[in-house]
Amino acid sequence: MSTTNQGSSAAPAPAVDEALPDLDTGRSGGRALRNNAATVLVWLAFLIALIPLVWILWIVVSKGWHSVASMTWWQKDQSGALPPGFDTNIRGARHAIVGTVEIGLITSLIAIPIAVMTAIYLVEYGRSGGRTNARIARVVSFMVDILSGIPSIVAALFVFAVWVTTLQQQLVPICVALALTMLMIPVVTRSTEEMLKLVPNELREASYALGVPKWKTVVRVVLPTAISGIITGALLGLARVLGETAPWLFLTTYFQYLTYNPAASAGIASLPTLIYNQSGNISSPISADRVWGGALTLILLVLAINLLGRLIGRLTRVKR
Amino acid sequence: MSSITGVSVGDGLSDPSDGPDPGAGASTGTTGDRVFGGLAMGAGLLVVVVVALVGIFLLAQAIPAIGKDQINFLTSREWNAAGQRFGIAQLLWTTVVSSVVALLLAVPFSVGIALFLTHYAPAWLSRIGAVLIDLLAAVPSIVYGIWGIYVVAPKFTHVQNFLQDWLGWIPLFKAVPGVTGGATILMVSVVLAVMILPIITALSREVFAQTPVTHKEGALALGATRWEMIRTAVLPFGRPGVISASMLGLGRALGETVAVLFILTALPGGQRFTASLMNGGATFASQIAGDAPENQNNADAMGALIAAGLVLFILTFIVNAIARVIVERRREFSE
Amino acid sequence: MGKRIDVKDLNVFYGDFKAVEDVTMTIEPRSITAFIGPSGCGKSTFLRTLNRMHEVIPGGRVEGSVRLDDQDLYAPGVDAVGVRRTVGMVFQRPNPFPTMSIRDNVTAGLRLNGVKGKKLLEEKTEQSLRGANLWNEVKDRLGKPGAGLSGGQQQRLCIARAIAVEPQVLLMDEPCSALDPISTLAIEDLVTELKDRYTIVIVTHNMQQASRVSDKTAFFNLAATGKPGRLIEMNDTQKIFNNPEVSATEDYISGRFG
Repeated sequence: MSTTNQGSSAAPAPAVDEALPDLDTGRSGGRALRNNAATVLVWLAFLIALIPLVWILWIVVSKGWHSVASMTWWQKDQSGALPPGFDTNIRGARHAIVGTVEIGLITSLIAIPIAVMTAIYLVEYGRSGGRTNARIARVVSFMVDILSGIPSIVAALFVFAVWVTTLQQQLVPICVALALTMLMIPVVTRSTEEMLKLVPNELREASYALGVPKWKTVVRVVLPTAISGIITGALLGLARVLGETAPWLFLTTYFQYLTYNPAASAGIASLPTLIYNQSGNISSPISADRVWGGALTLILLVLAINLLGRLIGRLTRVKR
Repeated sequence: MSSITGVSVGDGLSDPSDGPDPGAGASTGTTGDRVFGGLAMGAGLLVVVVVALVGIFLLAQAIPAIGKDQINFLTSREWNAAGQRFGIAQLLWTTVVSSVVALLLAVPFSVGIALFLTHYAPAWLSRIGAVLIDLLAAVPSIVYGIWGIYVVAPKFTHVQNFLQDWLGWIPLFKAVPGVTGGATILMVSVVLAVMILPIITALSREVFAQTPVTHKEGALALGATRWEMIRTAVLPFGRPGVISASMLGLGRALGETVAVLFILTALPGGQRFTASLMNGGATFASQIAGDAPENQNNADAMGALIAAGLVLFILTFIVNAIARVIVERRREFSE
Repeated sequence: MGKRIDVKDLNVFYGDFKAVEDVTMTIEPRSITAFIGPSGCGKSTFLRTLNRMHEVIPGGRVEGSVRLDDQDLYAPGVDAVGVRRTVGMVFQRPNPFPTMSIRDNVTAGLRLNGVKGKKLLEEKTEQSLRGANLWNEVKDRLGKPGAGLSGGQQQRLCIARAIAVEPQVLLMDEPCSALDPISTLAIEDLVTELKDRYTIVIVTHNMQQASRVSDKTAFFNLAATGKPGRLIEMNDTQKIFNNPEVSATEDYISGRFG
């Protein structure tokens, strides 16, 4: 405890009874000053951190809201912008919204089952399935951490290296979903793992004692108990990968019109690539509208999924 | 010898005239268990395989590309993927410097905010404050990019001019001819700092909140002020957590692509090296993303990008592994 | 219903640690046997080997034999899952499934093992709840969550859930330790009634409870911390409580240690 008194000029020795005179004389000036300075600094740190948040939200909302508030934005795509001679003033983003949501859904469909099963392996088999499983689980857990640290551009490069360079296939929008899947799996695995750990062992034991096999115990007792947390985690994971841009830039061509087929189309639109595509021409008012409208829509989408996740977590939590 | 399967040495004694197994008749789900357990293990192994494949594929395609490289891959500063002249020295420098400066900017703020949320703010503000900081993490990186280049950079120019004028004698702040408009490494670092702030804050907040009450009361009982209590109890307890959080933040900064791509001024080739933060350039991620669209049909150029991606992968792998090791050690320590 | 249990030379291990040593005992069908002894003496561990629940804990294994009438529970090819359908278990803390209604909790064992038929399940629900003395209290709210009941009701719900799969033996691991005295009494009454149909083994810390409900009592003890638990003495409950043969038993019962 020798450092306790370091800030004190009046009590150079660390012994407890030496510190007592402080009680009578009040805290020495230096110590009180440091204490107050620390209080001011942590408040400042918090308040300064709010500046970029407020700034970004203000800019995006003020520049983007009139695009987002118009029906055209949600109903029309951007076609007409090219080739010249068509109406170039359509401020529609339906193609980008549809593309983002569609690829997001495909990503979820691939990533969530793998992530949930991985988490089940880590918790239900790694913890109580004998030594071999424990050892494998440790490797899996390490790799989940490594996967969660892989930059999105590296995930995109990997998909390119497999799909194009090795398999000699044309890039299709599914490739974006594959790269996003790699980014989503670790997030959902970790959150699901946490939720499964929260399920009391007593419930598993109760089920085993009824002669219910392990897999049915997991599927019918453990998963239903943890389901709300798992859904929350999955939605938070989805919100996180929908904000990614690099895989879109790398693995697909930006289309200015609505496309649906993710397995055959040569390109697809998305909100990040809409922003990227139009930002080169931001001095034109229509492009600026698309950029900031796209940014606002993307933030709204991410926030909506985020909020939905937290809401589901709160409303459907199993009471114990 | 019996094993975890519960088969015992008494097995040999079992009477052949035994009736049917107690479980016979009803399905005991052995098949189901095998299938389900297999699926779960399969999913886990899939993750292992994918990570291994990332390394293998990048390596397998980077090595031949580096073989065709006409200049030294590691030491050259020139980057021309399409022209088969590519070296990573400048990319590595820009990547590491921008991320490290971002980290240096973000960590003090994150620690301060985490302390604020755990030990200073009233309960209601602590909850709202945490949500607000988390909101920063919900802003997509491309939005940071357009905000950075179109909104902040014009204003940041003044800050940079000020730094160049007054601190230009320090090599780090020396003006670089041709790089103007605030689109510099320093600006990128500031934006990256904002982007990694929520991660570091969230994890630091978690460890600070776990400081044992006995440690804190021990300090307070000796007459420590709140700040002395934090210095003697909270910060030492939280240090490993803050370090591993910082490593995770660093990993995120190293790999950030699109915000950097937007903000950083691309340099023309043949520039002299300068250690100044007022320089432009590219990071691994932004160079790859910038080069990729026009080179997708050029296998040699893609090979060069994959080689750069491999270096980035190794870089983030090391940083994340360090974070993991620190967390593991802390867990062993506290259990 | 109700089968005899024969345990011979049973040792229980968790990894390298020997938790219980050398237990040999016979448990009569349709009787109540109480296990008593100080904490950590291995009575709960031993109880779990009677339906192979110890295997749920990593590294848990046994040497020796446990026979249910003529069947060796540990014979090769015998599935632990099947054993547990024959030997049911009730735990220390009531643990109804929080996601299920009262009705679904009772029939959980049946439904999860593939039993179908609305009518059959309905009959089973009533029969089991009546068997657990809970029917009258919950018959109007069978669709409500099981977690909404009081602690004592929850424990009886867990007993109903255990008897719904029609086991031969019912193991109870300190079933009243988390309950108030009135609920405890209700469970004790129930256990006495269930004796007609099931072989019941009950672990308890409460010696009055052992003397009130059981026919036989087994006293477990361990030589020192870290040493395996052993069966010290087993006899008619009357005899154990009034005139035990081993002095350690008398010391424990009279409260001189433990």
